[in-house]
Amino acid sequence: MAFIDYYKILGVDKNATKADIKKAYRKLARKHHPDLNPNDKDAELKFKQVNEANEVLSNDENRKKYDKYGENWQHGEAYEQAEKQQRQSQQHYQRSSGAQDFGDGDYSDFFESMFGGGFGQRNANVKFRGQDFNAQLQLDLKDVYTTEKRVLTVNDKNIRLTIPAGVSNGQVIKIKGKGGEGVNGGPNGDLLIEFSINNTTNFKRDGAHLYKDVHLDLYKAVLGGDITIDTFDGKVKLNLKPLTQNGTQVKLKGKGFPVYKKDGQFGDLYITYTIELPKKLSDREKELFEELAKLQ
Amino acid sequence: MKDTQFIPLPSLCTHYKIEMSFFDGLSEYGLIEFISVEKTYCIHQDKMADVEKMIRLHQDLQLNFEGIDAVFNLLEKIDYLKSELTTTKNKLKRFEEN
Repeated sequence: MAFIDYYKILGVDKNATKADIKKAYRKLARKHHPDLNPNDKDAELKFKQVNEANEVLSNDENRKKYDKYGENWQHGEAYEQAEKQQRQSQQHYQRSSGAQDFGDGDYSDFFESMFGGGFGQRNANVKFRGQDFNAQLQLDLKDVYTTEKRVLTVNDKNIRLTIPAGVSNGQVIKIKGKGGEGVNGGPNGDLLIEFSINNTTNFKRDGAHLYKDVHLDLYKAVLGGDITIDTFDGKVKLNLKPLTQNGTQVKLKGKGFPVYKKDGQFGDLYITYTIELPKKLSDREKELFEELAKLQ
Repeated sequence: MKDTQFIPLPSLCTHYKIEMSFFDGLSEYGLIEFISVEKTYCIHQDKMADVEKMIRLHQDLQLNFEGIDAVFNLLEKIDYLKSELTTTKNKLKRFEEN
């Protein structure tokens, strides 16, 4: 159990007045408050530390005890043992008689060993909404082409989840009431699932539109004709115009990705033609190209 | 809509040990909307997460209504910018891959 320097946490010196402590606390609380820093675990931890430091240093009795034992608080603990036991039994009585077991998890081990658990200015009967849980779900692009049902296990609980087709990489969906349990009968928190979508296909995705490069040989590009290309859900036959230029883009309407939460609607597929020149020519081919060049 | 979706304001005042004037203030600043159910002002349960956030900001940080309003506007902006950033990153992938 590491010693915690509450003065350092609040950024005040040991001779700080109550007003200095209050001012430092308010400033840091505003900076790290979890509501102002959503989904920021570091801020949440810092806010807890700042609160803990304030609870100790803003209370004369606790500050005195903290100052008295300081870094050697462990030695001082023995002297406090009898008093602590008495306090613990009193707490146990209070808890079993219906008072709130307020935020054991909100205090450091150091704090609890020194001050015997939570206390504070907050009203012990207030109900609190449970914590929001964050989870990340990794899927392949193919997995989100159709709506899928999955069962996730979060904190040993199975949660049935419908993943709508067309969900985006980095998108977060909220499942109401599946987060942490509310404190003192308060409502449960939510479960926030972030989708991380891995694309191993040769399609590039931008929202509901897909992009793909199709390589053509020189002769096909010059003469045109039928070609077959792969779309996301099957093959499509296209008629290539003669003299198709390198970089030409063709839009295949409705052949893209499903539009999120819009059944039956799809984005478009954009095909970009890349024309490849022959890498080697036979003598005869070279002759013919030279003849062609003369015709130009 | 069932009545259970609406939480009466007097219950909220008791529950959070907060005065009615606080909710009146939030309403005046357009931060919450009251719904009248059988002559009692209520808040829709879907808005409770926001209301609780406002209570925490008021109690933990002593923010007044202007402060809460500013915070909510900025949080909304952050949400918008975050989603813009995700969309932009996804667009960028088109040019980064391969």
